[in-house]
Amino acid sequence: MKEGKKLSVSAIENGTVIDHIPSKNLFKVINILGLEKIDNLITFGANMESNRLGKKAIIKIADKFFEREEINRIAVVAPLAKLNIIKDYAVVEKQLVEVPNHIEGIIKCVNPKCITNVENVKTKFDVIDKKNVSLKCYYCEKITDQEHMIYL
Amino acid sequence: MKNKSLVAINELSKQEIIKILDLAEDFEKNPIQDILSKTIVATLFFEPSTRTRLSFESAVNRLGGKIIGFSEASNTSVSKGESLKDTILTVANYSDLIVMRHPVEGSARYASEVSPVPIINAGDGANQHPTQTLLDLFSIRKTQGTLEGLNIFLVGDLKYGRTVHSLLMAMSQFGATFTFVSPQELQMPAEYKMYLDSVGLKYSQQTDLNQNLNKADIIYMTRVQRERFSDPLEYEKVKNVYVLKNKMLENTKPSMRVLHPLPRVNEIHTDVDSNPKAYYFTQALNGVYTRMAIMATVLNLK
Repeated sequence: MKEGKKLSVSAIENGTVIDHIPSKNLFKVINILGLEKIDNLITFGANMESNRLGKKAIIKIADKFFEREEINRIAVVAPLAKLNIIKDYAVVEKQLVEVPNHIEGIIKCVNPKCITNVENVKTKFDVIDKKNVSLKCYYCEKITDQEHMIYL
Repeated sequence: MKNKSLVAINELSKQEIIKILDLAEDFEKNPIQDILSKTIVATLFFEPSTRTRLSFESAVNRLGGKIIGFSEASNTSVSKGESLKDTILTVANYSDLIVMRHPVEGSARYASEVSPVPIINAGDGANQHPTQTLLDLFSIRKTQGTLEGLNIFLVGDLKYGRTVHSLLMAMSQFGATFTFVSPQELQMPAEYKMYLDSVGLKYSQQTDLNQNLNKADIIYMTRVQRERFSDPLEYEKVKNVYVLKNKMLENTKPSMRVLHPLPRVNEIHTDVDSNPKAYYFTQALNGVYTRMAIMATVLNLK
C-alpha cells in the first residue's frame, strides 16, 4: 500500500495478504485454501478497483503462513495473485503464485464419461498449458480448459 | 510400463513395443506353451466384446492358464451398485491378472492404481485399447517386414475412431506417412495433425477413397457409424461412399494389405475377402499371439 492511500481492508500485524485475486474467484480461493475451516482472523474485500484485473479481491489472514504447495493450489483460479507476508505490520516477503505441473482435486474433469465423474475418485491432472491453464486428465486423457473449468 | 499393467499404448517405448512384437512372433511359431499353467486370469467385461474377450480367452487356454470372469455386468455385484474399486480388490484375490473392458473412460488407469495384480486394459470407453493397437502393429510388421517409413491410409471415421488415433500415435514413432480418407464431418481431429506437424511427419487428407491407393502400404478401414452424424441425411450421403471394393485394389502395390479392426458392416465389400490383399481375418488371429505376448510380459514370464 502506498502512503496516503486509504486502506479498504484493515491492516494486520502478522500474517498473509493475498492480493490480485479476480473478484469473481474470491470464494473459490477461500474454499481451496480451506479458510472457512480455520479460526484465524480473516478480513477480505471484493470488487476493489484494479488496473490489471478490473475488479480484484484481497484476503488478509492473521497469523497464517502458507506452504508453497498450498499457495500453488490457487493458481488455476488466481494465477496473478501475489502474497505479502506480514510481520509486525511490514511486508517482509512477497510471493507469486506458480501454476504447478500437476493438480489433484480442486477441478472437475470436463468429460462426463470419466471415471472421476462416475465413481468416488479424486481428480488428477497434468498441466499442459500453464499460461492459459489447460489440464489433461490423468485418467480419461481428455483436456479441461479454463472455459470449462468447474471447481469441486 | 508402470506397475506392470498395460493401460495405454503411449506408455510403451518403441523398444518395449518391439519386444512385445518379437515375443508375439515367437508365440506364432509355437502357440502351444504351458507358461500360464499356474495362472488364473480374470476377464472382466463390463460391456460386451466378442473378439477381444474370445481372443484373450483363447490365448489363455492355449498357454495352459485358467479363466474366471464375466462377459457382461448385469449378472454381477456391479448391478447391485458395487464400486469398481471393490470389484477389482475382490477379483484380485481370486486371480493373478485382470483383463478388463469397461465403458467408463479412465477406469483402467484407476483399476491399475488400486489393484495388487496387473491390469490389462481391453478398452475403456472411447479412451484406450492398447492391445488392439499392438495387434495392428504386429500385423503391419508381419505383412510389410518392417514398421519403418510406411505409407498408411486411414479410412472412415477418423474423428471418433479410437483405434485410428492410437495407431497413428504408435506408428508415428516409426516415421510413417499418413493419408486420411474421411467425410468432412469425420476428419482427423486437429490435435493429431498438430502432433504430426510437431514431430515432422507428413500427412494428407482426402475425401475420395478411390484416389492415390496405389501409394498405400496399408489401408486401414474403419466403420462409419450412423450415430456419429447429427444429420441423418449426411450419413445417408456418405454411408456407401467409404466402401472398399475389389476392383479398387487393382493398381495397388502387391505387398499392400487391407486391415480392419472388425466388426465389419459394409465398408469392405465381401468381394475383397478372397483377394490375397485382404488381411483382416488373419489380423484377428494375430490378436491371439499378441495378447499371449502381452500377458507374458506383464506377468514377467518371458
